[in-house]
Amino acid sequence: MSVLKISNIKKSFDGVEVLRDISLSVEQGEVVGIIGPSGSGKSTLLRCATLLEKMDSGSLEYGADAAAWVNQHGKTVYAPNKKLKGIKSKFGLVFQNFNLFPHYSVMKNIIDAPVSVQKRDKAEVLAEAEQLLEKMGLADKADAYPFQLSGGQQQRVSIARALALNPDILFFDEPTSALDPELTGDILKVIRDLAKERMTMVIVTHEIDFACNVADRIIFMADGVIVEEGPAEEVIRNPKMERTKTFLNRMSRQD
Amino acid sequence: MQFTTMLWQLLEGLGVSFYIFSLTLIFSLPLGLVIAFGRMAKNPVIRWIAQLYISIMRGTPLMLQLFVVYFGPYYIFGISITDSYRMIAVIIGFVLNYAAYFAEIYRGGIESMPQGQYEAAHVLGYSKAQTFFKIILPQVIKRILPPVTNEVITLVKDTSLAFAISVTEMFTVAKAIAAREKTMAAFVAAGVFYYLFNLIVAFVMQRIEKKLSYYR
Repeated sequence: MSVLKISNIKKSFDGVEVLRDISLSVEQGEVVGIIGPSGSGKSTLLRCATLLEKMDSGSLEYGADAAAWVNQHGKTVYAPNKKLKGIKSKFGLVFQNFNLFPHYSVMKNIIDAPVSVQKRDKAEVLAEAEQLLEKMGLADKADAYPFQLSGGQQQRVSIARALALNPDILFFDEPTSALDPELTGDILKVIRDLAKERMTMVIVTHEIDFACNVADRIIFMADGVIVEEGPAEEVIRNPKMERTKTFLNRMSRQD
Repeated sequence: MQFTTMLWQLLEGLGVSFYIFSLTLIFSLPLGLVIAFGRMAKNPVIRWIAQLYISIMRGTPLMLQLFVVYFGPYYIFGISITDSYRMIAVIIGFVLNYAAYFAEIYRGGIESMPQGQYEAAHVLGYSKAQTFFKIILPQVIKRILPPVTNEVITLVKDTSLAFAISVTEMFTVAKAIAAREKTMAAFVAAGVFYYLFNLIVAFVMQRIEKKLSYYR
């Protein structure tokens, strides 16, 4: 069974179609990279998948749980809020701008949702959080506040925060775009390590080389549709579609 | 009249001023939050009512509002006004007025919060109430402390308006003494007391600001 199954998503903003009939499924342990020019709809796709945005039509399933589906009248309906709350603990989202809670210490940022949302035992969550911080190389920062950390450190805390809910799948929305170039390496390494542990991930990114390196599958989106998808090496080294070639050319010229 | 007697009378008045001051804060701070919610409500009718309320409260003199609250029950409903209603009317008038100002301060603070904070809370599964009380409100309070301090200091001085309906707070007392003794001394002393009162308010607010400066 797929960890995530999105079928026929459509989404418009003020009459402009941003997603036109997109379907995507992600298998356990798979790493999917989504690339494409800005305005291609890749971020909107993530926002629909993470329930930050309501799609106009389509269906969305996490494992055996349906978050949204098309009913017999052809209308898209979402599961009741209580069900959605449970589904939210199946995925995590790492934002471009981290969005840590500035008034909480690093530790509290990580443990608050597991404790106050999932109602898990605090001691147990704390022990897990300490391990996560260790893994992120931030063991000594537990009591620091976000403003005291570099962008790269903040992003690692936000990854730890997402992981603390033990999600089945982790989404990244351009996780390195807000960082200084010399700090992106840290984040890419963390993501690579997670990939080694067979964490299921969907990564929207501008870092083509990284996407090629870490992703099993690459999806190239443009103008709200999936133009091309396939094994990472193939899509990036030998793109079939003209649109993909143009985009990759432009990206490599920037480097 | 002895100077110390005058001071004691003024201090008694100051006690009443402080009473008006504290009750006004206790009720208007939460009420302001409710009105701010109304002002930001999705329902246009609720939004419009809150907006009209704020506009009237800010657009008319507080003294006039005190008169309306105090004399309104008699002129509008024919209910006779008892003496004990004086203080109640002052509290009601001040609370209604200050809640409007606080509502706008809250709204400014809430609207200045980055959308990302809501989105992060949403994805992490926080309920709407948890998001507001755990994530948003604490940060809003830090942001709005400077304008709130302004209002609180104004309130200290505004308590003197209660003299308009003869509540014996400090200004009313000072005015009575001045008229009786034909001297400015009571006014000067009252001025000093108001000033000291506000020094303490400013000090306390500064302490709170400092306490919240552990994050940015």
